[in-house]
Amino acid sequence: MSDATQYEPVIGLEIHIQLATNTKMFCGCRLEFGAEPNTLTCPVCLGHPGTLPVPNEQAVKFAIATGLALGCSIAPRSMFHRKNYFYPDLPKGYQISQFDIPICANGELSGVRIHRAHMEEDAAKNIHVGESGRIHGAGRTVVDYNRGGTPLVEIVTEPDIHSGAQAREWLQLLRATIKRLGVSDVNMEEGSLRCDANISIRPVGQKELGVKSELKNMNSFRFIERGIDAEIARQTALLNAGEKVEQETLHFDPSSGSLTSLRSKEEAHDYRYFPEPDLVPVAPSSELIDEIRASLPELPLQKAERYENDLGISAETSKFLAFNAEMGAYFEAVLAAAGDGADNKRIGDWVVGELVARIGADADPAESKVEPAAMARLVSLVGEKAVTNAGAKTVLDKLVESGGDPDAIVEAEGLAAMGDSDELAGIVDAALEANPKAVEDMKSGNMKAIGAVIGFVMKQTQGRADGGEVTKIVREKLGL
Amino acid sequence: MSQDLLKLSAAQAVSAIQAGDVSASELYDFYRRRASADEFNSYLSVDSDSTIAPAGGELAGVPIAIKDLFCMEGVETRAASKILNGYVPPYDSTVVAKLRAAGASFIGKTNMDEFAMGSSNENSAFGAVRNPWDPTRVPGGSSGGSAAAVAAGTAPWATGTDTGGSIRQPAALCGLVGLKPTYGAVSRFGMIAFASSLDQAGPITRDVADAALMLKHIHGKDASDSTSIGLPEDVVAPSAENLNGLKFGIPAPLDWGGVQTVVKAVFDASCKRIEAAGGEIVELPLPHADYALSAYYIIAPAEASANLARMDGVRFGQRADVSGGLTEMYETTRGEGFGPEVKRRIMLGTYALSSGYYDAYYGQAQKVRTKIVEDFKAAYETCDFIITPTSPSVAFGLGEKTDDPLQMYLSDYFTVPISLAGVPAISLPAGLATSDGSAVAEPGTEGALPVGLQIAAPHFAENKLLDAAHVFERETDFADGPWTWGS
Ligand SMILES: [Zn+2]
Repeated sequence: MSDATQYEPVIGLEIHIQLATNTKMFCGCRLEFGAEPNTLTCPVCLGHPGTLPVPNEQAVKFAIATGLALGCSIAPRSMFHRKNYFYPDLPKGYQISQFDIPICANGELSGVRIHRAHMEEDAAKNIHVGESGRIHGAGRTVVDYNRGGTPLVEIVTEPDIHSGAQAREWLQLLRATIKRLGVSDVNMEEGSLRCDANISIRPVGQKELGVKSELKNMNSFRFIERGIDAEIARQTALLNAGEKVEQETLHFDPSSGSLTSLRSKEEAHDYRYFPEPDLVPVAPSSELIDEIRASLPELPLQKAERYENDLGISAETSKFLAFNAEMGAYFEAVLAAAGDGADNKRIGDWVVGELVARIGADADPAESKVEPAAMARLVSLVGEKAVTNAGAKTVLDKLVESGGDPDAIVEAEGLAAMGDSDELAGIVDAALEANPKAVEDMKSGNMKAIGAVIGFVMKQTQGRADGGEVTKIVREKLGL
Repeated sequence: MSQDLLKLSAAQAVSAIQAGDVSASELYDFYRRRASADEFNSYLSVDSDSTIAPAGGELAGVPIAIKDLFCMEGVETRAASKILNGYVPPYDSTVVAKLRAAGASFIGKTNMDEFAMGSSNENSAFGAVRNPWDPTRVPGGSSGGSAAAVAAGTAPWATGTDTGGSIRQPAALCGLVGLKPTYGAVSRFGMIAFASSLDQAGPITRDVADAALMLKHIHGKDASDSTSIGLPEDVVAPSAENLNGLKFGIPAPLDWGGVQTVVKAVFDASCKRIEAAGGEIVELPLPHADYALSAYYIIAPAEASANLARMDGVRFGQRADVSGGLTEMYETTRGEGFGPEVKRRIMLGTYALSSGYYDAYYGQAQKVRTKIVEDFKAAYETCDFIITPTSPSVAFGLGEKTDDPLQMYLSDYFTVPISLAGVPAISLPAGLATSDGSAVAEPGTEGALPVGLQIAAPHFAENKLLDAAHVFERETDFADGPWTWGS
C-alpha cells in the first residue's frame, strides 16, 4: 500500500434562527419560551379550516436586517412557497417557506459565503411519551403547538468550511452577529439557534465535491465541532478502506460520540414545493431596506477591527472579545465603567487572559460575581501600580469567588503594592545579603541573576512588591 | 300572507321590515319553517336557536342561508365532508361576520359538493341536492344547496362560493342570479379553501338588486386575508335604464360543439335583447380560452391537494380508530373521510406537483393562466363585457354524469376561463328550455328548465356589471320560479 490519500473536508452549514418578534410569523399569537403547552395558539397557527396566513412585518424587517448584516442582497420581490409533508407537528400539512426566490442571497461573513437566507415558520413540538423517544414505536405522541408558527430565518452557507474547529469559530461569529442585531435570542439550549452541517471529503486538489452526509440538530458549538470531526473521521476511514460514502442524514450522540443514520437518500421526501397562493410576494421598498441598513449596529467583525486598530488590542484577543457575544458585551461594560483615558488594551488582556481563565471560555461573565465596575477598578489599580500583577490576580480570585470591591479587598488582604518605600529598600538589602552569589554574577554583567533576588523579595512581601521597582532599587544599590 | 312573504326579494324584505309592514321574527320563522320542511336536501343544518339579528342593522334581520364552506362560530361546519364531522369552528368567517354585523339572521348551512368539488352537488357526503324545477335533475354545483334553497323559497337568498363556476352554474341551472366577484373583492378568511388562487365568495339571489345588496355588505379589504383588496368604490343599487354605448363581446371562434342547441338558441335571443336595449354585440378573440379547462384541472387540484392536507384527524374532525401507528391513522382517516371526487383531485394535484412533473403540469398550467389573463386584458380594450352561456346544458338528470368525470368537468367550459382571469362575472336567467332540452319554452310551460346568460366584466367593474345585468333582467320576461309556484 502506498501512503493513504490526503483528504480535504468540505463543510456547509444550515442554521435556523428563531426571530425574537412579539408575535408568530403568520398570526397574532404571542411568542414565549416555556409557556404552559398549547396556551399560545389560535385557529390560524392550529391550521383550522378556512384560516389564512398574514405575514409578520417585524419578522420581514428582522430577516432583512439579518441579510444585510451577512452582506446579502435583498430581493425586491421574494415569494413564499408551500413545502408539503405530513407530520403532527405541522398543522397545515405544509410549511410556509421560501424556495426559488429567498429574501436574502449571495452574502459573505468572514470568508464563508452565504448562499441564501430565507424566511419560514417553525413547526410545533412533538413530545413522544414512551420508551423509544421517537415517534415510531412511541407509546403516545402529544403535540405542543406553542412553538408552531414561530418566525425563522434559515441561513445556508456555501461549502467554505474545512474543519470542525473552523465551523465552531464561524458559528460563534454568526451568533454574535445575530445577537448584536437583536433579532434573536440565539440560545441553542432553547432551540432559538439550531444548526445542521453538510459534510463531505475529497482528495486534496480535487475540485468536485464528494458525497455528502447531513448532520442534524446539534445543540452546542462544542458538539458541532466534535460531530463534524467524528463524521470527517468516519468518511476518511470509509474511503481509506475502499468503501463508499452514502448520502444520508445522521444524528451525532455527544455522550457516546457515535453517529447514527436517520434516513437515507431513498427515503428522501418529495416536498412538492409550489407558490403559496394565500400570500402576495414580499416586496420591501428600497427606502425600507436603506432605513434598516442605516440602523444596523456595529457588528462583531467591525468591532474586532476597532478593538485592534483603535484600542491596540491584539488581533486574537479582539476577535475573541468581538465574536463572543457575551464576552464582548461584558468587555464593553468594563470599558464604559473605566471611562476615558483608561488602558483599554490592559482591560482586554485582563478580561480575556485572567477572567476567562477563571470562569471558562463558554461562561457569560455578566453572570459571574465580578461587576464590570470592579473589573475596571482592578485593572486601573494595576495600571497605577497600586497593586502588583500578582496581587491583582489574588484580588480577582476573591472577586470571582464572592464579588465585592477591589479597593476593599486590597485593604483587607494587605495587598497594596509597596512602591519605593523604605520598607521595600530594607527588604532588598536583606535579599542582596541573602544572595551573595547572585550579587557577584550581576556585578560581572549577568543581570539574569536578579531573579533570585526578586524571588526573595516577593516571598518576603507576599507578592506586594513591584518587580520593576525592585530591579530599580537593586541597580541603584549595586551601582549598575 | 305567507304568499306575500315568499314574494319579497331580500331587498324588498328589508324595506318591508323597515317600514313596519313585516316583522323580522315573522319573516325569520316563516323561512325557518320552510327550510325545516325542505324537500330537496338543500340544508345540512337548520338553525335551532332562532337567533334573529338585533334590530337596527342595515339588513334588518332578513334571513340568509350560508353555504357549508363558510365557518360559523359555534355551528358545525363540514364542507359537506365526513372528515369534518363534529368540527365546530371557534371563529366566524369574514363573510359571515360582515353579514352578522350588517344585521342578517342565519337560517342554516346549505349542502354542497364536498369541499366545493363538483358541478352537480352529487359529491356531497350527505346526499345529492335536487333541483326544485325538476327534482329528478341536479341543481348544479358546487353551491347546489344554496341555489336549491333560494329557488325553492326556503331562503330569500344565500351565500355561495365560486372556484371554477360554483356560483354561476347552479344559479343558471336553478333560474337565479349568481355573482362571482373579482378575485380579491371579498375576503376568503374562514371560507374552507378549495383552490386558494381562484376561490371567491358571492351571492346567489333571485334578482340583480339582491346580488348588489349582498355584495355591498360582504366585499372589502380584510386584514386577515393578504390577497383581499376590496372594491374601489361602494356597491350601489343598479339603476341603469339602457345599454347604450356598451359593447358586449362574444369570444370567437366559440366552440359550440358540446353545447345544447337550446342553450345556443337562448343565447342568440339574449344577444338580440342586448341590442334592443342599446348594446352592441362584437366578436373578439380569446385565443387561449380553449386551454382553460386543462389548466384549471391542474391548478385547482394542485392547490387543493395542499389545502386538504390539514384534514388529518390530529386536531379536529373525524379520526379513524386504528390500533397501528401514525401512518395508518393518516391513511385510514383520510381514506374513510374523503369521498371519491375529492380523492381523485388530491391524487391529480399531488401528481401535478411531484418532482419531475412540476414543470410539465403545474408550471405549464400557470403559463396558460398568464396567457388567459393577457387575453382578457386585450379583450377589454375593445369591449365592456364578455358574454357566453353560463352552462353548456340545462340541468341534467341525477346520476347522468357521475360515472364520467370528464363530461362533468365540461360543465365548467364557459365559467372556468373567467375564474382563471380573476375577473367578475354574473349569471342571470335568460330564458327557458322545454323539459327535453330540445326547444325554447315560453314562461309557464310545464316542466320548463332555466337557461343562464353569463356576463363578465373587467377587474373591479362590479357596479358596471350589475347595472348591465339589471337592464338585461328587466328586458327578460322571467320573474318567475319555483318559489312563486306556491308549493
Ligand atoms: Zn396563532
